[in-house]
Amino acid sequence: MAQDIWVLGAHMTAFGRYPDQDAVDLATTAALGALDDGGVTISDMDILSCGTLFQANSGMGQQVQKQIGQTGIPVYNVSNACATGATALRTVIMAIRAGEADLGLAIGVEQMGKMGLLAGGARKEKNVYEPSGRYGAVMGIDGILGTDTMPGVFAQAGMEYANDNDGVGFEQFAKVAQKNHAHSTLNPLAQYQKEFTLEEVMGSPMQSYPNTLLMCCPTGDGAAACVLVGEERFASLSREQQSRAVKISASVLTTDPYVESGQMQPDVNTLTRNAAQAAYEQAGVSPEDLSLVELHDCFATAELIHYDNLGLCERGGAGDFIDRGAPWRDGETPVNVSGGLISKGHPIGATGVANVYEVATHLRGEAGDRQVEGANLGLAHVIGLGSSCGVHILEKSGIS
Amino acid sequence: MQIPLVDYLVLDNGPYLQANECEGCGARFFGRRNACAKCGGREFNSVRVSDTGTLRTFSIVYRAAPTIPTPYVSAIVQTDDGTSVRSNLINVAPDPGKITLGMKVKLDTYVVGTDDDGQEAVAFGYAPA
Repeated sequence: MAQDIWVLGAHMTAFGRYPDQDAVDLATTAALGALDDGGVTISDMDILSCGTLFQANSGMGQQVQKQIGQTGIPVYNVSNACATGATALRTVIMAIRAGEADLGLAIGVEQMGKMGLLAGGARKEKNVYEPSGRYGAVMGIDGILGTDTMPGVFAQAGMEYANDNDGVGFEQFAKVAQKNHAHSTLNPLAQYQKEFTLEEVMGSPMQSYPNTLLMCCPTGDGAAACVLVGEERFASLSREQQSRAVKISASVLTTDPYVESGQMQPDVNTLTRNAAQAAYEQAGVSPEDLSLVELHDCFATAELIHYDNLGLCERGGAGDFIDRGAPWRDGETPVNVSGGLISKGHPIGATGVANVYEVATHLRGEAGDRQVEGANLGLAHVIGLGSSCGVHILEKSGIS
Repeated sequence: MQIPLVDYLVLDNGPYLQANECEGCGARFFGRRNACAKCGGREFNSVRVSDTGTLRTFSIVYRAAPTIPTPYVSAIVQTDDGTSVRSNLINVAPDPGKITLGMKVKLDTYVVGTDDDGQEAVAFGYAPA
């Protein structure tokens, strides 16, 4: 990294349903919270990046400025599927590295309401069949030539791992969701805070085998924001600001390289492996050094395969990793102590910033009941289908 | 009269699946191509894909858009000549106890709909071999 970059302030709204607020309200709450937390104001910001997916063409960053301060700084509105929040963070990081900014604000926000199932098209029965589109299809192919639905696509990613590795099946995937629901009971910011038995997880309505309802993330609303600062400006901050700041030891964004099966089934593995490897090299750390990990558990099947992709377990050993309780908050490498996307929620644009907020909060020792004791190094991972993967590694400041 | 659901399903002298194979590196793609995602090559040949293969992964889908009948079995098949194909697994109960990863499968076709002119749309799937 050209220069060290620090998270100076961070804030997130509780995730959930906000019928009486709009996305601008949510983003503003997160932005003002992060500025206050960092002891700075909008006038100190040199750049603003705002990530949202479903309102990507709304000029969300400028709408936020019109609520909190129109200072004329450049705004970058970004969208990158479920990696949108991580992309907003990286936009500010790149601006600071490039020397164009000392301080910047990254916001992620989404208001989804009860959107229900994402992707997977309704089938329109044409009166007269005519080939159209890149595949010359005469009707919608979802449900005929396999599935486009998210629970199904990620189910297949998990079952492919089960095909290649022993000791992985429905029960291992269900244990992931059991853990994350249990973790969420300690997080007041989580959309759901209810514990379930393994039997309840496995017995809830099947969405896409092996993902039951309790193994799928909900839709929801929420926002998160971070104020970032480069090392030159960092040096002039107060001791209190410096001691609460969290160092960004690695920031990586990758896309999916070509693999043979990629045109049929999104490959969520290779780009995650590449991002993780690059991030560990940037930070000069190993997976076993991590105090906690927030990873992209959009579905229970996804979390399990990312244990392997992020190197948290031995190659092929993700089934044993969950069976022996390693990713529980008192285990070898606590994973998703926030409750994860499955229970904390997944307002898409907010997720990649909220994960960084969660890790930073633990490194500051301010995570309350869910605090991972002695946390000094954490990793935040998101993946957006299409695909993009963001990995950030954060480090406790060490300044007291 | 029949029409294939997608243009890479060939009914005449078939049925079989037809891929665009990169002249440079041999990577195979279904559907219209601009260039090769593996090597950037721009020349392609049409090739016939093997009708048989193995089940690489699957999901039994219960939740879908309202017009789509459920449950159905979504699958990724690896054909015997190494090409990945996505389709439904057909002629098998939507029951995890009846579906085995790695099982042998074979291409099959069926009529999936009829339009106002009486034209039948033909889809493909893979059935246990």
